[in-house]
Amino acid sequence: MSLQSFLAMGGYAGYVWSAYAVFFVVLLIDYLAPVVRHRQLLRQLRARLARQQARQARRPTADPKPQTD
Amino acid sequence: MANWIPHWLHRLSSPPTFYRFAGKVRPWCFWLAVVTALVGLYGGLVMAPPDYQQGDVFRIIYIHVPSAWMSLFIYATMAVAAFIALVWRIKLAEVVIVQSAPLGAAFTFITLVTGSIWGEPTWGTWWTWGARLTSELVLLFLYLGVIGLYHAFEDRRQGARAAGFLAIIGAINLPIVHYSVQWWNTLHQGTTVRLFGPSTIDPRMLWPLLVMALATHLYWAASLLGRMRTDLVDLEGGKQWVRELPQVKGRASQ
Repeated sequence: MSLQSFLAMGGYAGYVWSAYAVFFVVLLIDYLAPVVRHRQLLRQLRARLARQQARQARRPTADPKPQTD
Repeated sequence: MANWIPHWLHRLSSPPTFYRFAGKVRPWCFWLAVVTALVGLYGGLVMAPPDYQQGDVFRIIYIHVPSAWMSLFIYATMAVAAFIALVWRIKLAEVVIVQSAPLGAAFTFITLVTGSIWGEPTWGTWWTWGARLTSELVLLFLYLGVIGLYHAFEDRRQGARAAGFLAIIGAINLPIVHYSVQWWNTLHQGTTVRLFGPSTIDPRMLWPLLVMALATHLYWAASLLGRMRTDLVDLEGGKQWVRELPQVKGRASQ
């Protein structure tokens, strides 16, 4: 079977390939959205920890209890 | 916690243990899903013969049917997690409810859209208010309702329990979706693949479908584990184990 006839899908190329595109695009978004969110959360936590450490360095007697906002 | 639950399962339900476990298992599930999907797609798009009535457009089956199975399977797991969350108040079960809903909604959306694309050339219409299509649309709204209800609460654990309650009530829709093609006279075709008894489909068309079903299940595991990890970092951000993660602690002190 030639590549061209494979891509043509017996005249149904538009239907078949758009259906497959929907499948892969939706699942790609589903996979990437939490990855992006995960990185964002870890970045925020690093920043928060760095702020706390800076605060403690300035005031060593301050309560070192972790803040839970 | 009830004492008949095995010790390892109890340990696994603790967020830090689960986080590490999920981090190890997830890449395996994901790459196995990619490999099985490639095999299944080659079998479905290249090796399987065209349908004698529909020609090549029937090949949409290899994403439509596995997605439809997943839309029901994910809802069922979500309802079971909701039951566990409501009875035993296990935080991890609440995370399963909340993170299953977007994934299930994604598969339900794929099912509806690919079905619509398939319907146009074969039925001559993008949409009919038949029993199968309508009940699948209701399934999408149930998923969206679970997501919406969760976000409507200030307190996230309260939101997860309310969402779980809706998930359990909505489970009544699962048999309706499944049996809709038998109970009502619909444009949608009946079941051709059966777990018990002979399937009425050519084996050359059947095996890629089963491989694709395996691939979507593996993808489900990878996606759910990843989503749950992210949610745990979000929910437990103030706790010691999250602050001691190498990606947090290792770099903040630099």
